[in-house]
Amino acid sequence: MRIGAVTFPGTLDDSDTLRAIKASGAEAVALWHGDADLRGVDAVILPGGFSYGDYLRAGAIARFAPVMDEIIAAARGGMPVLGICNGFQVLCEAGLLPGALLRNAGLHFVCRDQWLKVENNTTAWTSRYDAGAEIIVPIKNMDGRYAATKSTVDELEGEGRVVFRYTGGNPNGSLGDIAGISDPTGRIVGLMPHPEHAIGALTGPSDDGLGMFLSVLDSVVAA
Amino acid sequence: MIDTVDNAKATPEHEQPFRELGLKDDEYARIREILGRRPTDAELAMYSVMWSEHCSYKSSKVHWKHWSANTTPEMKAKMLAGIGENAGVVDIGDGWAVTFKLESHNHPSYVEPYQGAATGVGGIVRDIMAMGARPLAVMDPLRFGDPHHPDTKRVLPGIVAGVGGYGNCLGLPNIGGEVVFDSSYQGNPLVNALCVGAMRVEDLHLAHASGTGNKVILFGARTGLDGIGGVSVLASETFSGDEGGTGSTLDPAGRSSARKKLPAVQVGDPFTEKVLIECCLELFAQGIVVGIQDLGGAGLSCATSELASAGDGGMRVELDRVPLRATGMTPAEVLSSESQERMCAVVKPSDVDAFLRVCAKWDVIATEIGEVTDGDRLVITWHGETVVDVPPRTVAHEGPMYERPIERPDYQDSLQANGSDGLARPSTPDELRAEILRMAASPNLASRRWVTEQYDRYVRGGTVLAQPADSGMIRVDEETGRGVALATDCNSRFVKLDPYTGTQLALAEAYRNVAVTGATPLAVTNCLNFGSPEDPGVMWQFEQAVRGLAEGCKELGIPVTGGNVSFYNQTGTTAIHPTPVVGVLGVIDDVRRRIPTGIGAEAGETLLLLGDTRDEFGGSEWAHVAHGHLGGLPPKVDLAREKLLAEVLVAGSRDGMISAAHDLSDGGLAQTLVETCLIGEVGARVFLDPDQDPFVQLFSESAGRVLVAVPRSEELRFTEMCTARGLPTRRTGVVDPDSHSLEIQGVGELPLSELREAWEGTLPALFG
Repeated sequence: MRIGAVTFPGTLDDSDTLRAIKASGAEAVALWHGDADLRGVDAVILPGGFSYGDYLRAGAIARFAPVMDEIIAAARGGMPVLGICNGFQVLCEAGLLPGALLRNAGLHFVCRDQWLKVENNTTAWTSRYDAGAEIIVPIKNMDGRYAATKSTVDELEGEGRVVFRYTGGNPNGSLGDIAGISDPTGRIVGLMPHPEHAIGALTGPSDDGLGMFLSVLDSVVAA
Repeated sequence: MIDTVDNAKATPEHEQPFRELGLKDDEYARIREILGRRPTDAELAMYSVMWSEHCSYKSSKVHWKHWSANTTPEMKAKMLAGIGENAGVVDIGDGWAVTFKLESHNHPSYVEPYQGAATGVGGIVRDIMAMGARPLAVMDPLRFGDPHHPDTKRVLPGIVAGVGGYGNCLGLPNIGGEVVFDSSYQGNPLVNALCVGAMRVEDLHLAHASGTGNKVILFGARTGLDGIGGVSVLASETFSGDEGGTGSTLDPAGRSSARKKLPAVQVGDPFTEKVLIECCLELFAQGIVVGIQDLGGAGLSCATSELASAGDGGMRVELDRVPLRATGMTPAEVLSSESQERMCAVVKPSDVDAFLRVCAKWDVIATEIGEVTDGDRLVITWHGETVVDVPPRTVAHEGPMYERPIERPDYQDSLQANGSDGLARPSTPDELRAEILRMAASPNLASRRWVTEQYDRYVRGGTVLAQPADSGMIRVDEETGRGVALATDCNSRFVKLDPYTGTQLALAEAYRNVAVTGATPLAVTNCLNFGSPEDPGVMWQFEQAVRGLAEGCKELGIPVTGGNVSFYNQTGTTAIHPTPVVGVLGVIDDVRRRIPTGIGAEAGETLLLLGDTRDEFGGSEWAHVAHGHLGGLPPKVDLAREKLLAEVLVAGSRDGMISAAHDLSDGGLAQTLVETCLIGEVGARVFLDPDQDPFVQLFSESAGRVLVAVPRSEELRFTEMCTARGLPTRRTGVVDPDSHSLEIQGVGELPLSELREAWEGTLPALFG
């Protein structure tokens, strides 16, 4: 089982994502933004950071990297793809997920341990969680406020595509307390909080994040 | 017309604006003597920035003798590199070397809070990279004026956002620091930045330009007009907000000044720095860097002269090859620009192609600008004409050195005589209870969460402890679990009352804060923030502080590996409280045995107070909050006791006898209890000593004390160990996992919800 994590210039949580992949028992594969090559991975993660400094709009430039063409094609073919934080922003910019992430309501960078409710445990990335489970995972970003048109939000809610919801306080003013969403197939998921920073009590608030990396192993085996 | 060396020889009488550049008459005369002619414009620019207080340490260098006089061979043995390098390096075991340094960026941060603070972070990170290390984490000791002053509402949010904005985007966790308010910093906030990095011992890179024919490569951002004159702002006696952009004064060529009204404060680009870090690490890994130097204060003037003087030859630089981001820059401007995110490396000719390939991979601009020569001169040309021809050591290391007059201030006796004994003290249970809440909500003791939530503490996945813990702790080796702990401290009120003792108290607190996490203190760095060195009273404070720190370190047996001096910190004409921020680095062989701050991790814990509590309120937070009083003498310092305390904490951690620990400092036992309960989210019942005044027990700031929680099963073993070693302990309470309040016998019950509201409400109300 090979799971890739992409490094763009300015990606920050790539080594942490690779560490979490290893902790789940899979083989961690580093992917480079400039290479149009997925190196035979079974699933791909776009980690957090500030790709290209996010000086234009978070994720707006990374979306045009050579590796993204491969990822978009593979995702359309059913490969599980996870976008974390900046990776979520890139997936929105690439049109693989609807909506956008705006500046936090408080206009500050927010780093805290955040409670999340798992709203959908049928996606490729959340099958290991109980439905309605509450998990605690770090969140850390400047542009984390999920926004979309009313019809998009209605569609997401109606189809059960809101995967994670903030609970115990909305850190950034996201619409409907939305923390993470999926595409209609449930194979592409994006979320603002960082599951790769919750793989053990030594360096994170919990090991609640590990479930996402384990879930995708199940889904790849099942596929 | 460009002022060349030939032109300088031909026009010896040409008047030069050396005074505007901050040089004294005798300093200018000395430059002429060194060169045997007048300097060119470019040379004058180089000497003036490199001989500034900030770069040359001309007022402080004479006191460095205290470091060497107090460093024993055993202390020296722990250092792989010490004072004089970009940052000190210590061996932490398992083949790892750790480098760390503190630096100030005070004046720029007052003029332009966001960029000043941001580039402060960027600069210290490049210092660490210049040692060949991967930067691991940053910390920021900050000082602000009165929290209620309107200008503090301008300065603080900008500085915090700048520290966060740069560090977060750079991908370095911020693991601690300080936020302190005192009106002495009103017109002069302090922004100190610390970075810690690690490398394999064999990979240590020192900034040497050796080997004739080796190439000098400038890489990173382009060079522009920003930050010209930055160092003169940093250490300027005339600096003010209005004149922040003093770039125009640095214009020996007399160019039109309109174009020069760019800010003297540099503008940071953390994305470029992030890419530069990864690029540097890949270059180090390929072993193709002979020497490396960051470009910080004084830009290329500093990098070329320092690289050249540290090597065994001279250097020739073709300055016109430097990639620029502005048109029409003069050689003097190119040399003194402080554009950020640049590094300079010395590379063997055979490795240049490989070097450029790595830079291209990371889209980092890299340009060969010169080479190491066999002479002993630094020669810089501009389109074929020589504009600089100097002995590099005279620029970098042989600047002026002053023995400034020293005099104990007249006010010192009356300040010390004005003790805190006569201040009205709370005594009834209700008064004490109210005082605990008032203190917990006071700006200096309140939760720093509003600040620290703006910093990423998780990135890189190695953060084991971060704020609000007493120290930050970072795992260095993922296999063995070896890591480091870091704390910075300084109570400047103590230093004001007695600079020698106050500085030792800062050292003691940082040392203790490292030890309470279970780490063994190993090395010291510092950032000495003081007023004007031309004031004999300030120089007395400075001399006392350096001596106190040096002698204190000798007693503790840990070396000072480096430091930074920032003078001319004053609000109007009044100097800030002397603020020698002390950073202590500790090592822990396995971060899994770290001691947390919050209680309640284990069922059934006893609270023990280690150390002696005396009636000591001079310079205390209580005297400040309750009476706005500053006078008397600071608490007694006993470094032998601090050493013993640290040994007990480390031994207790190794043997699994301690489940939580928190040091006692600002606000005394009351504040420690409040924090340890709120962080652990559990209540506790506390029994005060019936034979001692409850007020003194709760609020005294006696040094050398720590509150530990020990599992009940370990209580006897732990207290017996303390008794055997001669450390006083007092059973002070028990943790009550079912309780939601802090109950202090004889004072009353404080619900955690009420304490939390008091502790966490203050900063958001002031700045949110």
